[in-house]
Amino acid sequence: MDLSLFWFCVIAFLWLGYLFLEGFDFGVGMLLPILGRDEKQRRVLINTIGPVWDGNEVWLIVAGGSMFAAFPGWYASLLSTAYLPFLLLLLMLIGRGVAFEYRGKVDDPRWRQVWDAVIVVASWVSPMMVGLVLSATVFGLPLNANGDRVGGPLVILTGPTVIGALAVWGFSFLHGAAFLALKTTGDVRERARRFALRFGLPLLLPVVLLLLVAQLTEGSPWTWIPLVIAVVTALAGLARQAMWRDGQAFVLQGIALAGVVVALFGALWPNVLPSTLNPAWSLSISEAAVSDYTLTVVTWVAAFGLPGVLAYQGWTYWVFRKRIGTAHIPPVHAPTGA
Amino acid sequence: MNPVDVLDIARWQFGITTVYHFLMVPLTIGLAILVAGMQTAWYRTGNPRYLKMTKFWGKLMLVNFAMGVVTGIVQEFQFGMAWSEYSRFVGDVFGSMLAMEGIVAFFVESTFLGLWIFGWDRLSKGVHLACVWAFSLATVFSAYFILAANSWMQHPVGIEMVDGKPQLTSVWALLTNSTVLAALPHTLFGCFAVAGAFLVGIAAWKIARHHRESAVDNEDRGLWHASMRLGAWVGVVAFAGLAVSGDVQAKLMFSQQPMKMASAEALCHTEQPAGFSVFAYGDVGRPDCESVKSVTVPYLLSYLANGDVTSEVKGVQELLPEYREKYGTHYPDDPRLGELAGEPIDYTPNLPVTYWGFRFMIGFGSVAAAAAAGVLWFTRRGRFPKGRWVGPVALASIATPFLANVFGWIFTEMGRQPFVVVPNPNPSGVDGVWMFTAQAVSSGVSAGEMLTSVIALTAVYGVLAVVEVFLMVRFVRGGVEAVMPAHPPEGDDEDEGSEGKQSDDVLSFAY
Repeated sequence: MDLSLFWFCVIAFLWLGYLFLEGFDFGVGMLLPILGRDEKQRRVLINTIGPVWDGNEVWLIVAGGSMFAAFPGWYASLLSTAYLPFLLLLLMLIGRGVAFEYRGKVDDPRWRQVWDAVIVVASWVSPMMVGLVLSATVFGLPLNANGDRVGGPLVILTGPTVIGALAVWGFSFLHGAAFLALKTTGDVRERARRFALRFGLPLLLPVVLLLLVAQLTEGSPWTWIPLVIAVVTALAGLARQAMWRDGQAFVLQGIALAGVVVALFGALWPNVLPSTLNPAWSLSISEAAVSDYTLTVVTWVAAFGLPGVLAYQGWTYWVFRKRIGTAHIPPVHAPTGA
Repeated sequence: MNPVDVLDIARWQFGITTVYHFLMVPLTIGLAILVAGMQTAWYRTGNPRYLKMTKFWGKLMLVNFAMGVVTGIVQEFQFGMAWSEYSRFVGDVFGSMLAMEGIVAFFVESTFLGLWIFGWDRLSKGVHLACVWAFSLATVFSAYFILAANSWMQHPVGIEMVDGKPQLTSVWALLTNSTVLAALPHTLFGCFAVAGAFLVGIAAWKIARHHRESAVDNEDRGLWHASMRLGAWVGVVAFAGLAVSGDVQAKLMFSQQPMKMASAEALCHTEQPAGFSVFAYGDVGRPDCESVKSVTVPYLLSYLANGDVTSEVKGVQELLPEYREKYGTHYPDDPRLGELAGEPIDYTPNLPVTYWGFRFMIGFGSVAAAAAAGVLWFTRRGRFPKGRWVGPVALASIATPFLANVFGWIFTEMGRQPFVVVPNPNPSGVDGVWMFTAQAVSSGVSAGEMLTSVIALTAVYGVLAVVEVFLMVRFVRGGVEAVMPAHPPEGDDEDEGSEGKQSDDVLSFAY
């Protein structure tokens, strides 16, 4: 396998990591007003991801940085073409990150209400923007020979990309519920589980739709395999959720997500970003890649760095493995401002 | 709208978001390492004062850290969004630095920060201490990689030109670029200068407040005094380091970017020997210097440039023909350059900005240095000056090293215009690689989009600045009690309330 194809796979892996990890972060944020009936319950929800959300978000930064490092044309064309969706994503992530850190630092219900609203809005909008730009790279954008956008700022909004936006949103919603069923106790756990069971199928619908559209328009025969695996494991996940096997349900959803990512990047191959105007203007893996020397350098860094990341991030989840419930939440401790 | 407007807006956006980001960054880096030092002192001595210091300064660090993190995401993505031509041109070189920064630094930083915040009772003391060192040292690695990327733009090395684009031939040359080796210590000393002044300003304000309220023998007085003295020592050492590293950097810059340094002086004509302009009145913006009167120190500029008091320093007027000869007199006739296409290239940076930026950097840095030295003298052996002015002045002094940092960066980034990638003049190095800022901006993005983003980001950043300062003030007012449990059992509990004994299951800290 040549290095450019290897880096195509690394970037797919980084996006998988991001969608898996921040997917449930977003889901927890979306579920905040739904499952968090009072302040203690809302704090339970937020604290399931408290120690890890920042590390999860770095997967996005590294996915972006790796696209820049390995396929600068991909990074440049996708980000400048999808300027407004990326702007909206950045604004949401700014608000959300600050909200987690600041919400408990003043003991005042209105203060918390404001930050809760920021968390909820940002958690609903961010996955949609991620889904929009990721599906845009699969289905292509109206690019000229230089890789610049032809048309207005909203040309990215097409039927398939809107389905993509809903797919990541729906997956994150369900994934967050499964995560909460796994990480909490008591009332929150029970309602998270019921939410996953009741809304699992409708939330997965756009994901299946996205996979089918991608398969029928861009797919290869072999991408049927990850597609089928994704659908089967997602359904199996819901079945295990019904049997109170929270861990298995969560893992099966992760496998389903891996199937989704493999199917989509498989459909994208051999391009990184197709031009919908002229196939000759599409950015292909081999043309968009940087020199072999640079790829070799970043391969060494990734070969040593990424296993380390998996190890210490995995260890973090081990350290904070306990389920939490309202009994575990300490009283608010913040300066009184007097 | 035409592309020049897009260029101007994109430059303002980069300036605003980057300067803002760099308000948080130096405080994060400097304070994180100082907090790691405080926690180490507690780990080794068991003295509860060090634990309190760790908790208090650590809390302020966290309030600031969050802002640094979220504004950093914008930095990672705006190259592609607003500067896609730049990203395509430098992709083979620049992207790898960002990827390394992410893999080596950001993952460590974010993961171990989470472990540190939430891990006080989950981890052994030693492991928990290792976490604070992990994330604080990761911030230094992050600084190194991003400075290596920036230094390559100031002084391209380790590449060859292939099909009109730079292609990396030696990552080692990039990582040991003379420019980054000079910039890293200067930047890190700048971070410690900020953190030192932060400790001094807040601790002195607390002591002055206790005095004014005539609190009898406040039990935290020793803690504040120790913090203040620590901050002052850090400040003094940092400024010594800044002077030395700045001198090294300036000498390098005279050879690598002579136009930038001539502009730093608003030196219009070549002088031998050259004097250092301390202060100027009149219009420094005119490259012919006709109306400028300047107070100069004779010989000093020659020394700063070359280490020799009688050497020649080239002026803007003499450099202009050299630049025109080497890098062309006119922009290419490329429609993407809009109004600038085919126009003459103005090689003179914005002189008032470079001249005053350089002076404000040194000036504010010197004020901060003098303040730190003054604090060491006036607070020796437990003394503390009396007077109502002490508290407000202490707080105001926090701003000085921040301003010095900001002006230093404005100077160095504005001083390399009109280039975004500055040609390397070293005859033995890589020549023939440069990029004009006007060529770097995204050609597919409309002025409306760019305007939307600069307004939205500036508005959000403005609101968040108010929120951050508001929270900082609350925590400073709240003092140690607000960050410590009422009755510390072993002193390793953060958020236990005053309701007495609680079950072991209660989290020591929760959002």
